[in-house]
Amino acid sequence: MSSNVDSLVKPGLGGGLGDVFRSRFLLKLLVRKELKVRYRGSVLGLLWSYVKPGVQFIVFYIALGVFLGLEKSPRNPGGLPNYAVYLFSGIVLINFFTEALGNAARSIVGNGGLIKKIYLPRELFPVASVWVSAVHFFPQLVVLVAACFVAGWHPNVIQLGAAVCGFIIVALLATGLGLLFGAINVYFRDSENFVDMLLMIATWASPVMYASTMVQSKLGEGWYNVYQTNPITIAVEAFHYTFWLPTTDGSAGIPPHLLSFWIPLGIVVSIAVLLLGQLTFRRLEGRFAQEL
Amino acid sequence: MATTTFNTTTAIAVENISKQFVLRHTRSIKEAVVWLAKGRKGDLVEKFFALDNVSIDIKQGETVALLGLNGSGKSTLLKHISGVMLPDSGSVHTRGRVAGLIEVGAGFHQDLSGRDNVYLNGAILGMTEEEINDRFNSILEFSEIGQFIDTEVKFYSSGMYLRLAFSVAVHTDPEVFLVDEILAVGDEPFQKKCLKKIKELAEAGKTLVVVSHDLDVVSKICSRGILLDHGHVVFDGPIHEAVGVLRGK
Repeated sequence: MSSNVDSLVKPGLGGGLGDVFRSRFLLKLLVRKELKVRYRGSVLGLLWSYVKPGVQFIVFYIALGVFLGLEKSPRNPGGLPNYAVYLFSGIVLINFFTEALGNAARSIVGNGGLIKKIYLPRELFPVASVWVSAVHFFPQLVVLVAACFVAGWHPNVIQLGAAVCGFIIVALLATGLGLLFGAINVYFRDSENFVDMLLMIATWASPVMYASTMVQSKLGEGWYNVYQTNPITIAVEAFHYTFWLPTTDGSAGIPPHLLSFWIPLGIVVSIAVLLLGQLTFRRLEGRFAQEL
Repeated sequence: MATTTFNTTTAIAVENISKQFVLRHTRSIKEAVVWLAKGRKGDLVEKFFALDNVSIDIKQGETVALLGLNGSGKSTLLKHISGVMLPDSGSVHTRGRVAGLIEVGAGFHQDLSGRDNVYLNGAILGMTEEEINDRFNSILEFSEIGQFIDTEVKFYSSGMYLRLAFSVAVHTDPEVFLVDEILAVGDEPFQKKCLKKIKELAEAGKTLVVVSHDLDVVSKICSRGILLDHGHVVFDGPIHEAVGVLRGK
């Protein structure tokens, strides 16, 4: 601030995501506010962050694992071993993405009252949304890890690193898309409905409920590679590699070259999306105050 | 007026800015697609100038009132100075931290306690954590909120709410203060206290830009008046003459 005292500066021209880092105290307060406000007046409070995915998991497990026969059992030898862990490790990641992007896309319009009146780095709002979702993701991760230990989990360091990469891919992608759709939503409220649709597709376009080998056998090698370029798919498979694979005998399918090719590709694609989101956001934010 | 060289004491330099607003907003992709399909015939939206080629130079320590009837562009100009809006053409430059007392309480959240809101609003107005910690007692004292500081602000009376918000804003210690229609804060004793505080800030050499319809109040605080009409500057000079011109209309 002190350097500004001596020079004239143009107000309203922010430094993008760099400004978010410089206002991290405000970011912290915004995240804390969201966390406090989210479950206000509810008896279960933060417990809802456990209850909702828990119920979701039970429903999917019974419908898909038992009824549709994805779980491996003596009567169904073709199924996935430890399907419960397989399913839950994907669900927690998809939940994180769904909540992060859904809230980030609405964050600019939702904070319109503030954006119209006071200048502050507007990237704060989508970033805070993703951050809040990450806080809600954490308890689910704890449940997942506990379940993994029950199933005989013994991961190595590389596998733990893969989960970190998977999380980073989703976080970057959600931030990038959140900036993009959050900014567009100011001009066209269709954006948030489009995001809802996109999130529904994202849940099914990744091997969360089913095995990626099923996709491979139906689509063939060429289309399967296209399917694999989806960063969410890569991140979900990284989670399977970390949490599910060590609980099985290791014979089940994880896509080849996951560590050497797909995860780096996922990170690159996510960073590209983040840059695209930031550029679009910068182009559109100049007229936020008058359009909101 | 010189276009690129500024006096070192210039606090706010507004040069030839124009701003167009749309009258009817299109909110759906359908309308836009129909418009594109028809070969972009006509304007998708109707526009008007909220600010039309406005230039103002405000020195450090000046106390300026922006006057004009409703819709004359006063608040829009203030939003350009704070950076909330960017001009379509022309440029705005400011020196030092600019804090807006623009519609106090914009950054308040109903479900947070007064204390949380002081921190949140202080940070929104650009204060650091240490600054808020240091000034917290002073903010609390000025607001006269007392023991209610840990109550959610939704239970505050409107007067308490505005007092706390005003108190946070005046403690941000900026070089340039933007004040928009907030002089009607609280009861009369508190109003007097606010005016006294604003005068103190002016005497301490802060730059003040005030938007208000209360001509008596601005005459007391400000020395210079800028009269706007439909986005044009129609008068710029001593406050009493500016008030006279506005009253004579």
